[in-house]
Amino acid sequence: MHTTLRVRRFNPEQDHPSPYYQEYDLAFDPSDSVLDGLIKVRETIDDSLTLRCSCRGAICGSCGMRINGHATLACKTKIISVAPLGGTIDVEPMNNMPVIKDLVTDMTPFWEKIRRIQPWLRPAEPAPVAEYLAPPESMNHLAGVMSCIMCGVCVSDCTVLEVDKQFLGPAALAKAYRFVADPRDVTTATRLEALNQPSGMWDCTRCMECIQVCPKGVGPMDRIMALRSKAMAEKMPATCGSRHAEAFTDIIKHKGILDEPMLAIRTFGLKHVGRLLGMIPMVFQSVLKGKIPMSGPLHRPISSIQHIQRLFKRVRTKS
Amino acid sequence: MISPPTYDVLIVGAGLAGMRAAISAHQQGASVALLTKVHPVRSHSNAAQGGINAALTDRGDKWEDHAFETVKGSDYLADQDAVEVLAQDAGHDIITLEHMGVIFNRNDEGQLGTRRFGGQKKARTFFVSDFTGQAMLHVLYEQLMQAKLPVYEEWFVTSLVKDEQGHCAGLVAFEMRTGQFALFRAKTVIMASGGLGRVYEPSTNALICTGDGMAVAYRAGAPLMDMEMVQYHPTTLKGKGLLITEAARGEGAYLLNKQGDRFMKHYAPTMLELASRDVVSRAEQIEINEGRGMNGCVFLDCRHLGRAFLQNRLGQIYAEAQTFANIDLAEELLPIRPGMHYQMGGIKTDTEGRCWDIHNQWKGLPGLFAAGETACVSLHGGNRLGANSLLDTIVFGRRAGQCAANYSRTIPPPTISERSMEADQHLVATILARKGPGERPAALRLEMGTTMNRYVSVFREQEGLETARQHIQALKARWPDVTIDDKGQVYNTGMIAVLELSFMLDCAEAIIAGALTRKESRGAHFRTDYLDRDDEDWLQHILLYHQPGSEPLTDFLPVTITQWQPQIRVY
Repeated sequence: MHTTLRVRRFNPEQDHPSPYYQEYDLAFDPSDSVLDGLIKVRETIDDSLTLRCSCRGAICGSCGMRINGHATLACKTKIISVAPLGGTIDVEPMNNMPVIKDLVTDMTPFWEKIRRIQPWLRPAEPAPVAEYLAPPESMNHLAGVMSCIMCGVCVSDCTVLEVDKQFLGPAALAKAYRFVADPRDVTTATRLEALNQPSGMWDCTRCMECIQVCPKGVGPMDRIMALRSKAMAEKMPATCGSRHAEAFTDIIKHKGILDEPMLAIRTFGLKHVGRLLGMIPMVFQSVLKGKIPMSGPLHRPISSIQHIQRLFKRVRTKS
Repeated sequence: MISPPTYDVLIVGAGLAGMRAAISAHQQGASVALLTKVHPVRSHSNAAQGGINAALTDRGDKWEDHAFETVKGSDYLADQDAVEVLAQDAGHDIITLEHMGVIFNRNDEGQLGTRRFGGQKKARTFFVSDFTGQAMLHVLYEQLMQAKLPVYEEWFVTSLVKDEQGHCAGLVAFEMRTGQFALFRAKTVIMASGGLGRVYEPSTNALICTGDGMAVAYRAGAPLMDMEMVQYHPTTLKGKGLLITEAARGEGAYLLNKQGDRFMKHYAPTMLELASRDVVSRAEQIEINEGRGMNGCVFLDCRHLGRAFLQNRLGQIYAEAQTFANIDLAEELLPIRPGMHYQMGGIKTDTEGRCWDIHNQWKGLPGLFAAGETACVSLHGGNRLGANSLLDTIVFGRRAGQCAANYSRTIPPPTISERSMEADQHLVATILARKGPGERPAALRLEMGTTMNRYVSVFREQEGLETARQHIQALKARWPDVTIDDKGQVYNTGMIAVLELSFMLDCAEAIIAGALTRKESRGAHFRTDYLDRDDEDWLQHILLYHQPGSEPLTDFLPVTITQWQPQIRVY
């Protein structure tokens, strides 16, 4: 079988370096991964094609790159699954980080974010002679988030990082959750406080992209949501994010339908009149496009509100 | 030009052994830096799946049992003083890891839980699901970040540098991102650069495992020991040779031949699938050679373990089988075969990680230390037990770091000149200047790998080894003419491939020299022309010294025996 790898290339040593695309035609075996294909190119056609790779088994996290527009590990992506009919495969470096050469990106900003969450256990001192005791059910679930291999794939495709370089991002926040949820760590409150700040846990827009692309099933966004629940349960100072979450549930519970203007007022608070006023053009546009029910701020609960409230009750008793 | 500060302890490699060494040397107050060709968490320690051994007294286990089984596993080639150190330090070092943050699986009492592993009668393997190495590696990197230790990331070492007294005084390396060379001055250097798996094709090892540290130390005068002892892991996937953890068998999976027979009962009636790795790999190879395999494989049967159990305790290989072999472990048999996995031999060290002998019984390189797979203490002798390699990195990484830090206090700062870089800079310039089209490094590597896998594998004999020796010599002669397309300075992976190839060829030559020398069958070294273990003549280590331009020089060292006299080895 044949495919064409269309690789985005960049050589900083050229006179006027700018990215360009190069196509490589390739015979492949059904068991070959995109990484196998790239290695074949590098070893038999053009050794200047530059990428990082090592384990070939999705554990070292070296070969993060975008394949057909989404970040993934090249070793874990079968050629046949992205080009079943042998078409062209687009291969590009990860997003949201500078490119060094071809598919090799500079992970420095990635690691700076990781360091910002102080990623080391801070247990009770002095340490016991033997291990810290902890019930298995409090520890074993951490394996899910410890499976993170720091490949950068979630960060590459994070839609918030695209517009806000300061955002901690999915990988660092998932790593933070790993310590917040560790029963041996005694600094949960300090950690949550730091993550409750701007650029922290409340800046995720829940686009789900990180869950979608994570090659290890870490589910970074789910960890971010878990951090939020913990912050709210621990009564961390309210943020726009936590007020939004609270107001959202509250409104649905009492009216059975979203009261958008009320949601905005309760999220920002009357103190932020400026921000509220700034939203007016958007409100107009939304109304014109039919995105806001015309009932307005005075709308009444829907007629079958008792069903909604029953649902709330059931969820509450379940959790 | 980059001129790094002088360090007390400079560590090459930032896998488990390297990072553990760095942390302990730092705790001793030494100035420490690490230098690695990949980011620390990309290191191959990641790949250790199943667990880490320790006999904890409060679990009713005895370190002596662990030590004995390690010695037996080694086919009595391990140095028993070293094994005693390993088994005695294990408990403390594992608890330290737990305190650092490793999320080991727990039992119902909230203590660390264990599972069974090969070659051992007791369940003494501590684990994190089936990604124990990865979980440990990331925690050690957390510790490194906390201590703010400098890491020269993506730097490639080309040679060690000695001062006028022949003391190791630093190294030459270049930064991959810029191609710039630098001379690193250090009172001590610790090699913790991992294994040499890529000398073979296929191998379970990552593409970065190219024996750089062994070759660089060897060329600088440190002897390599027991290089013929190359472990073939019993369960690797066909094709690219990816690893399926021994924990699968530890948790109860069977090995079947094509008739559905649990064939291990014919080879190891008591331990069955959990006999030591050399025994299981040989058994599988016999089944395959005698026609009871299928397409060059036998089968791993996990079906009776159940889907939930597989997902929970063996999640990584459950996913791996799905992704890389298209097999549902809960319902199908997985074709597997023995594959190159681990180098028991390596740079000769003592139990403190020193690559020279303070008693002058053997000649080494003062100032150089080594730990982990690149070193040979010798703990694993002729065959390493599963879950002893992680332990090796942690115990001997820590000891090497401590000893290097203390030793560095006793010696003056190194005196070496910038001119020590010239030869390596010249070599790189020559390779870049070569006009193509010549042979590509990958073509030579593939020939080397398949040659080694054909003649220097589970079964070996004189004629095949001689053939391999000639092939490797021919490849060495062709190496000076390989060319690369990339003529740039920035991240030139073609250049790296050429340099790694020359390291691997030296390693291959040493493996074959050891295999030709050892005229007996012991552990992983099975000679069809010398079927038996021969304690009278061969209960000794083989030391190889590099001789530029000719065959290695051979020397011998007696095996240290403390409390376990060699016995017949039955599982």
